[in-house]
Amino acid sequence: MSTFAGALEFIVDRHELVLQKTWEHLLLSGAAMGLALAIAIPVGVVLGHLHRGSFVAINLANVGRALPSLAVIGLGLAFLGFGFVNVLFALVILAVPPILTNAYVAIDEVEPEAVEAARGMGMTPWQILRRIELPLALPLLFAGVRTASVYVVASATLAAIAGGGGLGEILFNQASYREEGLVAAAMVVSALALGVDALLGGLQRRLSPRGARDVPAFEPDVTGARPA
Amino acid sequence: MTDGPVIPDFGQATSCVRENRLFCPGWVSDNWGTVLQPALVQHVKLTLIAVAVGFVLAFAAALLAHRHGAFERPLAILSAVLYTIPAIALFQLLVPITGIGVLTVEVALVGYTLLILFRNVLEGLRATPPEVREAAHGMGLTRRQTLLRVELPLALPAIVAGLRVATVSTIALATIAAFVIPEGLGRPIFTALRDNFFKTEIIAAGTLAILLAVAADLLLVLLQRSITPWASARRTAT
Repeated sequence: MSTFAGALEFIVDRHELVLQKTWEHLLLSGAAMGLALAIAIPVGVVLGHLHRGSFVAINLANVGRALPSLAVIGLGLAFLGFGFVNVLFALVILAVPPILTNAYVAIDEVEPEAVEAARGMGMTPWQILRRIELPLALPLLFAGVRTASVYVVASATLAAIAGGGGLGEILFNQASYREEGLVAAAMVVSALALGVDALLGGLQRRLSPRGARDVPAFEPDVTGARPA
Repeated sequence: MTDGPVIPDFGQATSCVRENRLFCPGWVSDNWGTVLQPALVQHVKLTLIAVAVGFVLAFAAALLAHRHGAFERPLAILSAVLYTIPAIALFQLLVPITGIGVLTVEVALVGYTLLILFRNVLEGLRATPPEVREAAHGMGLTRRQTLLRVELPLALPAIVAGLRVATVSTIALATIAAFVIPEGLGRPIFTALRDNFFKTEIIAAGTLAILLAVAADLLLVLLQRSITPWASARRTAT
């Protein structure tokens, strides 16, 4: 147990290092999520709105689930070499499937009656998307974002083997930081993942329209992707 | 460093290997028996143990939660927290407790299967329509008989669906095990990363992991079809 005490001591003594690596970690994760959202949300939402491409959209999550993050980052390294941008690319690949699939399913499964009613009221497709489908789909759509975020925060740890910085630089450097440092970094990464999950869970509940507000505190999305 | 042994040099490295081209089939066939096949077998073993142990634990927990609703929330939160902690971090947190070895890896891998299996088994058990349960009660079945003959068979599709998700993601996750023990398909990936990013080895091991996941998924689909012939009309993939 003294290792854990040592790890806490490490966090206090080396707080500048820990904070800096945590910041790098969040920056990398945030950038990856930003890109993944910009790609996956529009594609998933449009496909869901048109009820097209269900095969691709749904199977993407299955493929994503089977992709070993280590292999993705390894391949990124092999093809693109060392550095922040390459790790970013690998993380985006890992983050897109759960977001896209959830966005698709969320929009696709909005009750057709609600859409029909909106159409009957004379709403344009764009209005239907903005005022009916998106609000109703938000909880499930957000569940995918939440899963992907936790997944990215976890996988960003692997970034260190590819020179992407972050807490992995402590976690994979036993020679410099010893077991205390490794356990300390593991604790911080875990806290980050749990924190991001809780934060987004809270946001998810707040964003949901009142009728759809039974989001459980802990519930993964339909894709079941998991942190590395 | 132009013509040094970039890769673990088994005899003569071909020019493809020396130049680290995209993919060298020759390397794969030369090293199948010594590198890839053992890693694949270890990978299967790691996964099987994790899913089997996880299934037993999750099944017991789901039965408990099904019988006594009060247990559901604590069990769900515990499994969700385990699920959220990143694997690499969990390995590192477990090492001071369980040491460096298979146990550490398995504890972490089992931890990740729990949430999915627990949720799916419980949802499956709850999916029995009340009329069916009433009918079973009316026929004089005891609670245990209702569970074994009515609820469990009806829960099978959900249970197998959970097994599919758990198995596929455990296979992907088990590559990380190589951080702790020199086993599984993660090992050749690590070797390759150390040896100047040898592409063939990364691609070969990564592809094997993906193929293994696909094969396991197909196998479980077949299993599900054979044990639940009545459900073939309305099968869902979640």
